[in-house]
Amino acid sequence: MRTKFLPSSLLISIVAVLLSPASLAQVTEYQQEQWLNSPAATSHIGNLTGRAKVAGNPVSGDYRRYCLVCHGELGDGNGESAPWLDPKPRDFTLAIFKCRSTPTGTLPTDEDLFDTIARGLDRSNMPPWNTFTRQERADLVAWIKHFSPRWQTEKPGTPIQIPPEPEVTPERVKAGEDVFNRVQCWKCHGVEGKANGPSASTLQDDLGRPILAYNFAEGGRFKCGTTDADLYRIFMTGLDGTPMPSFADNLKPDEAWDLVFYLRTLQPFPSKAKEIAKQLGLKPVNPNATGP
Amino acid sequence: MYTRRRCFGALNSGGFLPTLLLLVIVSVGATRPAHALPAFARKYGLRCSACHESWPMLNYFGQKFKDNGYQLMNDRDAPIWQNPSYWPVTFRITPYWHRVSTGKVSVDTYSGGSVTGTAVQRITSTGFDLSGLDFHTGGTLEKNISFYVLPSSDSTATFHFETVMARFDNLFGTPWLNVKAGKFELDNLLSEKRILTLTANGGVYQLYHFIPVGDNNIFGQIGDNQLGLEVMGHSANDRTRYTAALLSSSDGNVGLVTGANSYTGFFTASQAFDTGKWGVQRVGGYAMVGEAATYYLTTAGVPIPGSGIGNKNFHREGFVGQFYFGPHFDVQVVTQHGWDNAWFGQGYGNAVNPSNGTPGATTPQSSLPNNTPGMVLPAGSKAPTWNGVLVEPHYVYSPQLIFIGRFETIRMSQQATPGTPSNLGNITTYTLGCRYNPFMTSRAGMALHSEYNWLHQDGTGPTSGPVLVNINTSELLFGLDFDF
Repeated sequence: MRTKFLPSSLLISIVAVLLSPASLAQVTEYQQEQWLNSPAATSHIGNLTGRAKVAGNPVSGDYRRYCLVCHGELGDGNGESAPWLDPKPRDFTLAIFKCRSTPTGTLPTDEDLFDTIARGLDRSNMPPWNTFTRQERADLVAWIKHFSPRWQTEKPGTPIQIPPEPEVTPERVKAGEDVFNRVQCWKCHGVEGKANGPSASTLQDDLGRPILAYNFAEGGRFKCGTTDADLYRIFMTGLDGTPMPSFADNLKPDEAWDLVFYLRTLQPFPSKAKEIAKQLGLKPVNPNATGP
Repeated sequence: MYTRRRCFGALNSGGFLPTLLLLVIVSVGATRPAHALPAFARKYGLRCSACHESWPMLNYFGQKFKDNGYQLMNDRDAPIWQNPSYWPVTFRITPYWHRVSTGKVSVDTYSGGSVTGTAVQRITSTGFDLSGLDFHTGGTLEKNISFYVLPSSDSTATFHFETVMARFDNLFGTPWLNVKAGKFELDNLLSEKRILTLTANGGVYQLYHFIPVGDNNIFGQIGDNQLGLEVMGHSANDRTRYTAALLSSSDGNVGLVTGANSYTGFFTASQAFDTGKWGVQRVGGYAMVGEAATYYLTTAGVPIPGSGIGNKNFHREGFVGQFYFGPHFDVQVVTQHGWDNAWFGQGYGNAVNPSNGTPGATTPQSSLPNNTPGMVLPAGSKAPTWNGVLVEPHYVYSPQLIFIGRFETIRMSQQATPGTPSNLGNITTYTLGCRYNPFMTSRAGMALHSEYNWLHQDGTGPTSGPVLVNINTSELLFGLDFDF
């Protein structure tokens, strides 16, 4: 299961805030003003540099126009529409992000945030903002990074390595089913991938809010991409802030690819893996047989 | 001090706002139907500014939302995800004050209580007024099936259907194929239904409705909503777009009165380019190619509605450009080359006179030209032809405050009748406006609107000799444009 840890810098920040005579909002606002001038309030995507402040002026226009209503002026996820949204908008002050290429518990890369903005987050109120120019998106990434103290003291994690995708074979699909059983994906996602496992109804995010497991049988897009490599990355990095852990410590790369192939058989789309599963007569596992 | 908050809150501080408010609050108005739905904002919890450069004009994201069938494409677009009590309806209306001044109006002169002749003079009137009322309802019936219904009234509450359409979105799982049918706005990138100005002449794009003097082809008005079927496609990020529409040549009038036997095609294509800090630039083109009846069967000399034959053709084509110079300034450009068959130029075409949907037409149908068998065109008749350009710059101080300018000119390049002055019907118009939204939420919208329009047209004043009498019309308007 995913091991979670709270960075010491974050702990120190929290303690400082709690001990401060000023209110949390005031301190955060003041700190964010300082962080706006820090080197961390920039982003680097390829040869593109995004800035939260240009010529002394905050580059806040796009955030204010498009993002503020949900994420709030202070980036704390308390925009005016937040009370009516489910799932709730991301709290940028915590700098905990689902979609990363980096190990669980670490900060995402600038590219991760850059891609998330354009891709959107399916089954949430976050649409694909792929209408921005690349520069606008890079500036937004820089802007987002000035909200949290974590960017001041931590560096993004090192992206995980994803080995080349092997050929899908009957043996791999079958092995993937074994992995599915062994690491107990079915507990949340259900034996048929219908998000109806025994734990599904009890799931909560890190802030104690109910959260749904992904329903493979519905066939919606994954939150963090659509390709096999994206799927591999999702369960190897975990979705931070949610009950979806990282399996990086539990799965070898080959096993991870096996699991990818098996998960594809649970989706309603035609795929080679699904065709193989049909030929094999692969049946959903019985959770009672594998045990909780 | 917290400079960012100052930046965010610039409109709410200092002496600028009171001055501006004073300026704007006395101004504003709205006379044309326009599309803007807080119902969408309420559904998705987004502010007006997410989809509108300034309400009601769409920005790029809003255009993509519309092109996706009023869907964010986040798998939460279907009604099943909404609270059962949610109903996507919005009304819009505008009370306003305006001053209208029309030059060279022919008026009777009196002596001793009797009409003794006519004179030409300027008429100026001022007062409070009211726009029509629009009820917008639109959204999704199911994932990838969308709709829009817009009953619209004039200021006396006489309703008609401005828009009624259903659309199948993302057919075969691709955004390149969407099909809608009904009555809808043509795919004008610079949408007249989302125009930012509201005066009688400035609240429309002259280029979208131009008809040469004496011409009776009402069917080539690309600014009017039309009845038909449209196939539309776009790339996932909406950079590339196309539409192809098959329309009844009825100018949107229902009942198969004029368009029973004729059709028009409308085609657009555009491509957007990422230009970094400048923004996303878009260039494209459009073409309308159609035909419409010029001969209607008659009963006792009166044309029979729906009996139109003797189709003659017409076309319009032009360039569209949307150029952005950073986050605050943009210029929208539309050009048009128009051509009508000579029969239209001689007054044939709309013989059944539905008056383009405008009630109260007084011309007797039997007196309208009808291309009955044996009819010949006057010698030397030519196809009326014209060229026009529309340039509309915007300065967007913030999503809440926008300044609008517009220059339009249309020049006849060929008149239908030999000997007609070459400039007859030429139009030049300027519009300046400002819209300030005192608040911006995901619930409702309001704009304090001020606008001035000046329009000049050659030769359409009362004639009193060989010299053309030109008309200058101006309008100043201040209003409260709101919707909920």
